[in-house]
Amino acid sequence: MKYRNIWEISMNFIPIAAFFLALLIGAIMIAILGISPLVAYQALLKGAFGSMNAIADTVVKATPLLFVGLGICIAFRAGVLNIGGEGQLVTGALSATIVCLAFPNLPGWILIVIALTVGLLCGAIWAGIAGFLKAYFNVNEILSTIMLNYIAAYGMNYLLRGPIMDPLQIELGSFIPQTARLTQAVDLPRLIPTRLHFGTIVAVVFAILVYIFLWRTTIGFRIRMIGQNIQASRASGINVQKYMVLAFIFSGALVGLGGAIEVLGVHHRIFTDGSVSGFTGSAGFNGIVAALFGQLHPIGTIPASLLLGALLTGANKMQRVVQIPSALIGALNGLIVLFVVGSEYLRRSQTRRMERTAKVKNISKNKNKMESK
Amino acid sequence: MEAIIIGIARSAIRLATPYLYASIGETIGQLSGVLNLGVDGVMLMGAFSAFYTVLKTGNLILGLLVAIVVGGIFGLLIAFINVTLKAEQGISGIGVYIFGLGLSSLLFRTMIGTVQAVSGFSPLSIPLLSNIPIVGEIFFRQNILVYGAFALVPISWFILNKTPLGLSIRAVGQHPEAADSLGVNVVRIRYLTVILGGMLSGIAGASLSIALLNVFQQNLTNGMGFIAVALVYFGAWRPLSVLTGALLFSTVNAIQIWVQVKGINIPSDFTLMLPYIVTIVVLAAMAKRYVRPPKALNKPFERGE
Repeated sequence: MKYRNIWEISMNFIPIAAFFLALLIGAIMIAILGISPLVAYQALLKGAFGSMNAIADTVVKATPLLFVGLGICIAFRAGVLNIGGEGQLVTGALSATIVCLAFPNLPGWILIVIALTVGLLCGAIWAGIAGFLKAYFNVNEILSTIMLNYIAAYGMNYLLRGPIMDPLQIELGSFIPQTARLTQAVDLPRLIPTRLHFGTIVAVVFAILVYIFLWRTTIGFRIRMIGQNIQASRASGINVQKYMVLAFIFSGALVGLGGAIEVLGVHHRIFTDGSVSGFTGSAGFNGIVAALFGQLHPIGTIPASLLLGALLTGANKMQRVVQIPSALIGALNGLIVLFVVGSEYLRRSQTRRMERTAKVKNISKNKNKMESK
Repeated sequence: MEAIIIGIARSAIRLATPYLYASIGETIGQLSGVLNLGVDGVMLMGAFSAFYTVLKTGNLILGLLVAIVVGGIFGLLIAFINVTLKAEQGISGIGVYIFGLGLSSLLFRTMIGTVQAVSGFSPLSIPLLSNIPIVGEIFFRQNILVYGAFALVPISWFILNKTPLGLSIRAVGQHPEAADSLGVNVVRIRYLTVILGGMLSGIAGASLSIALLNVFQQNLTNGMGFIAVALVYFGAWRPLSVLTGALLFSTVNAIQIWVQVKGINIPSDFTLMLPYIVTIVVLAAMAKRYVRPPKALNKPFERGE
């Protein structure tokens, strides 16, 4: 890639600047709460990277963010906003759990493959509903995906309080809404003796696959094309509706897979606290932040999810050490989104200005040529 | 049976309040061409600030004013990002939502900590009217914020359709270039509508925390702000139709609460799910109608050179 000037190079650091600006505002908020920001951020840093376990936890936390972020990359590149990460994570996780509960006697690795596939498919279907409604009924996809989040969450609550509740909970009379622990045969292999599991590798492989998919395949090209210019795509004979639905399906498939991997790799069961984000820990929303932070590029989303994973893991430590609620990170994530989308304009207007000067230069160049003839 | 229907109708009128404030505010903003999807986040901030003020001072009017100011500040922020910085409005709205959700949770955890109740606005019987059998009981023994929400419908209709300001708002949303060439300040109008929308979202939040539920907890609104945005589509950008939509939803809610209270044997998760399913079905059913959104909706205005 060639850069024309320093300004253009610096544009690529906007997300980093947004990140630090958000941290700065966070520091001010912490100071207002009467706590030293330095101490707080030190605790955060230590919580995220302080030990082998902390680093592993950061990576584990980043994994679902990467899956959601990849899904978001595909959808946003197609020009549709899939805000249904939460719901797709839940459907993916729930269906994978149900499969594992239903066939406990299958050999472990077969069950893992089936469970992950089912999770992927259910996530795809859940997002596909929103895609179908958007493409053929022109239903605003942001609203439909949000509604599907709530529907999935309440569906999960119903199942966990009744049909698939842990029999032990019923026996003990404690009625905690969660399933039984899945058979250990379906635990994803650990990489090192920490909580780090094989799912992380799957996520990184998928990041590369998504990159190849979007930039090296026809479907990927068409998906990006409808995102760039829907009229031109239609004029060139692309079935816009079909590719819109496909973008949602691929997007939801990745998120659903992420949900299934959360179950098999981390929790080994599904549980709820009644709210929408009880199981997901808001990964469905934070994944959007990761994708935007990674400039909607699958490879860029990898470090972006790591960074956000570190923030979230560190925030738990910060909450324990200096009593700053981890909700702070939620607020900062919102700010990061606002800064990143807000700064897009600067980038666009700068590009336009440069194009204009380039045009003027060309014209005068041609003029000179003509005159010299 | 009659008592049940009166009870449900009465609570449906009450529950329409937050939807009405938020949806009317969003309608005005969208008519001027700005799609604000952060309503839910602003509602949460309004709900928190009103609740906190009332908890500390006991002054309901002050609580309401604080919510309006906080909503207005958020409106200003949204307007700056969407109008001045010309951001992609769908994504920035999600940013506002995440920010509002996080900030209100943070403030709640640090400044209040536990779920507490305050005594909110009490019902205000309107003389004479409240004595009409049935109707009086349903409509005229509500609290002041409920009356305000219903008054907002004709007021906003009048402003939008019968005043020069309303004409400017709609012109800016339909054809900003033309409006600009006629001397309408597009940017100013859009700031005005979005800030107004923020204030109304603030009131919507306050109506939950100091008039209807009288508590605050994390994510109190539970997606109500998004339903409010959906109602704008349902109402086809007309205040009167938005009212119909709000009443539809509040009735669904009222029935759902009644079912739960009565302990009727339907899993509560299904009844809680109902409003969200209704939203999707309604959006799909409405989409094929011959109603066009404002032409410049979601499009930043850029002056030609």
